[in-house]
Amino acid sequence: METQENALKVDRNQEGYLTDFSQWNKDVGEQIAQEEGIEMTPRHWEVINWIQEQVKADKALSIRGIKKSGVLDIKEFYALFPGGPLKISTKIAGVPKPKSCI
Amino acid sequence: MSTTKVKKMLFILSKATIENVYAAFIMANGARMEGIEAEIFFTFFGLEAVQKKKLNNLHVATVGNPAMHIPTMVGGLPGMEAIATKMMKKEMEKLDMPPVDEFLEILSASGVKLWGCKLAIDMFHLEEKDLIDDMDGILTIGDFYNRADQDGTQMLFV
Repeated sequence: METQENALKVDRNQEGYLTDFSQWNKDVGEQIAQEEGIEMTPRHWEVINWIQEQVKADKALSIRGIKKSGVLDIKEFYALFPGGPLKISTKIAGVPKPKSCI
Repeated sequence: MSTTKVKKMLFILSKATIENVYAAFIMANGARMEGIEAEIFFTFFGLEAVQKKKLNNLHVATVGNPAMHIPTMVGGLPGMEAIATKMMKKEMEKLDMPPVDEFLEILSASGVKLWGCKLAIDMFHLEEKDLIDDMDGILTIGDFYNRADQDGTQMLFV
């Protein structure tokens, strides 16, 4: 129950993205993942952590960037977060939706 | 899965100029990024984009393209297409747009189905080995229409 209360307390935009990353924690991520129908595994969290590091380092996220990342390949990315991996993973990670077209 | 009304985007790519090839690729990739299925049917000159020997040498059209803002006669001079293409590729690299071969790898890995048009392949005397290994097969237009036979499918001719 506490998880849900936490998730409800965070500020999110119309599309469901957190507007303030300082409100993010793993429970919040878990809650958003549930909304997206994704069951988080340790591998999911590895990818989420990597995404958060990229955003902190001010690096733009893109599908091409995933290919070059060395962390995971595009196929795995789509398998982990089916239905729009960049969109969904950033939402779970509590970072802004990437503006990239590629 | 996708919550959009569009479930599947089918593209017919019939041209080999860079601007057309990238339009189809970016739209197909963009569809996958939104959780929408995407397939590309390469026909006629569009087949150049999946021929191993040609795909990295596609050009911008400098003749018959008013948006180039150069006189048609000048656009037809030797080397003009190469210069315009080089300039455009440079700009695309700045925006982190991948070259054609890498873009095809991205599309395939993202689950975009890549089909060759049987009639055009026969017409240009091509064989399967001339096309990239990531091709999903060779289809007739009828086969391709069958793949469109479901709700929420859109087909675009590029």
